[in-house]
Amino acid sequence: MGMAPRPGRHLAIARTMFRYILNKFALIVPTIIGITLAAFAFVRLLPGDPILAMAGERGVSPERYAELLERFGYNRPIWVQYFDYISGVLHGDFGVSLATKRPVLGEFLTLFPATLELATVAMLLAIAIGIPAGIFAAVKRGSWFDQLTMGAALTGYSMPIFWWGLLLIIFFSGTLGWTPVSGRIGLQYFFPPHTGFMLIDSLISGKKGAFSSAVSHLILPAIVLATIPLAVIARQTRSAMLEVLGEDYVRTARAKGLSPRRVIGMHAFRNALIPVVTTIGLQVGTLMAGAILTETIFSWPGIGKWMIDSIGKRDYVVVQSGLLLIALIVMAVNLVVDLLYAVINPRIRVQ
Amino acid sequence: MIKKLTFAAALAAATALGGVAANAKTLVYCSEASPAGFDPSPWSGGNDFDASSRTIYSRLVEFEHGKTSLMPGLAESWTVSDDGLEYTFKLRPGVKFQTTDYFTPSRDLNADDVIFSFERQWKKESPWYSYLPGTGWEYFAGMGFPDLLKEIVKVDDLTVKFVLNKPEVAFLPDLGMDFASIVSKEYADQLEKAGNLQQFTQKPVGTGPFQFVDYQVDSVIRYAAWDGYFGGRQKIDDLIFAITPDPAVRAQKLKAGECNIMSYPAPADIAGLQADENLHVAEQEGLNIGYMAYNTTVAPFDKVEVRRALNMAVNKQAIIDAVYQGAGQAAVNPIPPTMWGYNKDIKDDPYDPESAKKMLDEAGVKDLSMKIWAMPVSRPYNPNAQRVAEMIQADYAKVGVKAEIVSYEWTEYRTRGKANDRDGAFQLGWTGDNGDPDNFLFLLGCEAIGQSNYAIWCNKEFEDLLQAGKKTTDQAERTKIYEKAQEVFKREAPWLTIAHSKVFMPMTKNVVGFEMDPLGIHRFDGVDIAE
Repeated sequence: MGMAPRPGRHLAIARTMFRYILNKFALIVPTIIGITLAAFAFVRLLPGDPILAMAGERGVSPERYAELLERFGYNRPIWVQYFDYISGVLHGDFGVSLATKRPVLGEFLTLFPATLELATVAMLLAIAIGIPAGIFAAVKRGSWFDQLTMGAALTGYSMPIFWWGLLLIIFFSGTLGWTPVSGRIGLQYFFPPHTGFMLIDSLISGKKGAFSSAVSHLILPAIVLATIPLAVIARQTRSAMLEVLGEDYVRTARAKGLSPRRVIGMHAFRNALIPVVTTIGLQVGTLMAGAILTETIFSWPGIGKWMIDSIGKRDYVVVQSGLLLIALIVMAVNLVVDLLYAVINPRIRVQ
Repeated sequence: MIKKLTFAAALAAATALGGVAANAKTLVYCSEASPAGFDPSPWSGGNDFDASSRTIYSRLVEFEHGKTSLMPGLAESWTVSDDGLEYTFKLRPGVKFQTTDYFTPSRDLNADDVIFSFERQWKKESPWYSYLPGTGWEYFAGMGFPDLLKEIVKVDDLTVKFVLNKPEVAFLPDLGMDFASIVSKEYADQLEKAGNLQQFTQKPVGTGPFQFVDYQVDSVIRYAAWDGYFGGRQKIDDLIFAITPDPAVRAQKLKAGECNIMSYPAPADIAGLQADENLHVAEQEGLNIGYMAYNTTVAPFDKVEVRRALNMAVNKQAIIDAVYQGAGQAAVNPIPPTMWGYNKDIKDDPYDPESAKKMLDEAGVKDLSMKIWAMPVSRPYNPNAQRVAEMIQADYAKVGVKAEIVSYEWTEYRTRGKANDRDGAFQLGWTGDNGDPDNFLFLLGCEAIGQSNYAIWCNKEFEDLLQAGKKTTDQAERTKIYEKAQEVFKREAPWLTIAHSKVFMPMTKNVVGFEMDPLGIHRFDGVDIAE
């Protein structure tokens, strides 16, 4: 309106912003409590228990079973076990794996960088391809490109990950021999994991060919893990763009004689971005779920494979603490997305 | 387009480099699972043993490569007292523990190491007994050692005497098992002083053919040949385990040259691997049995005639062909034919639905409907229990028996199966762990009811033979006892003996000297790579 903003207005914005953040945090506490309860209950609701899982076909005598139950503390009332778990977590003690006897937090921190690296690359891939494809499909609505992209997105969305991963391995690694089958880096490269991120470690190592080996190992799992988020992002971008392209201000911009590139890039896309950002935030959870299968196929030493193994062994401690740690990370990411969102879109803050 | 091509070329180059460096002789093994740790005694998984006891450690006695017979290991010789209660071992002099960047031994192996290796699993007052939270030393306890051992005495530096509470014929083979691997007391003392007991399982030290180099969790284990190995230095320099949980992916890795040898191929992949001209697929009769146990305490399965009639109703060969895809043989006895003591003279119940039907009629069984239990997992002794159940169901239908197939999650399955009033016939199996017939027949002992005796079968005659076999040391004598026990078993038919399966080990053609092990162990000592 041509007026310089009054100093009070900044304060008001800061105050609503603060209230917004406070609201978000207020929600987090009950959510975390809910997650600890769910994680704790989930693994105990599964049939079987860690002692039987260890015993195998040999079986275990009732006396021995009782003795082990007591040693692990699983003969105590369930609520005592729960509070024991919670008080440990509150003191930063996530327990010791029943299977490997290593601290859960240590195992998590060792394995998490591999998952993070894979998930980050997969997400970047999904965004880099998904958003342009969605925009283009919206702009050329009804064209062969639109139909092809959306058909591919639907296929990608419904693709069973395990099958898709094997298919890629058989074709690209087996038939064509372009990419390695599995693992994170060629076995001849042996250097200490400084950061846990193979792309960085391979560069630090200074070994010739290490980085390109790491990249080549990352390609197939990243494609497999990116497939579902890519499909979701492309579809979301397309529908958000279609909605925005029908708005009055876009028509006005067109009527003003702006170039189509400017209309789409500046006016339409920036507004369409808001729901897309939300979608991307939500895909973090999907990535974690996808990581479980992707890591198992590609022998990727991350937390997805770790969780699956632990569920199979009924490793109560790893499952309950691992789920909690993963949930905390997903929540943190979603919180950051929410905050970013409020920054991008002032209307959110007011609500 | 040019860009695309260079990208593809770069990828191809990177892949070519992805193979294994040629200067040092490296053997890469695509293994199926991560080890829980490198202490050979607390864990019980085959993958744990492959990664620890069989590579890094040695034992007083060893199984001969590829066999179940025993040979001297760290013990050069031994004597057994006449009452079978005292075993005295003479240790091999000059055995060196591995020198690594985290431990330099100051002395050779002696009796202290042997005593420590067992007492840490036995004496609760040792700090090593509980150095891994919650460890129950399952194998040590499972083989009955806490009750069996009276004391272990150091006679002199190179002589150690085990005193038992009761005679145990399988004591020597037990000492060849993984949990009985010998660890370094000097290393343990050093860690105890430093207050870092956990390192014992993370950075292992043994006397075996390979020494530990590095483990990247869930990914790669590296070993190097131990120059001071008392059995002679290995021909390969480096041994790498590339941990690859999915069997189809392991097969792809083998085909792509990313590993030299792999464990447990999926049955569906075997034909393809055999057809690959760069590969060789070794095979061996497995030391195992897949069976279906009747609940012998519940009518009408408490009648021998009914159990035998049901056995005769099943077309076993069809199951071998369809489910085991030829990689197995119909089982007659509860122990496999490769094991000593196997009774060759016993004939299997013939496949004869007509007679089966008649026998059921005579036993007064009409309109029988029952349950067939199918394991939810694929095991070496039974790759597809669901399919087996379906085939038995169809066979039963032909003799007028209606069967319903039930299955539960794996641990739940076994728990429910043990119940004394379990309804129906229960599929399971067993893989031997020390090559002794008792290690199979104990499954049917009276004491094993509620544990591993899923037939809930306690037969006096069989039990007496089983106990007699435990007390006899002479192998010829024991053979006779076990042959008789197999006769009783076959006559009483507590199980439908389904199959002994074959085990496969695909490898590249340049791998030489790999011996398949009847105990299912994967050993890499003595293996070489041809130039």
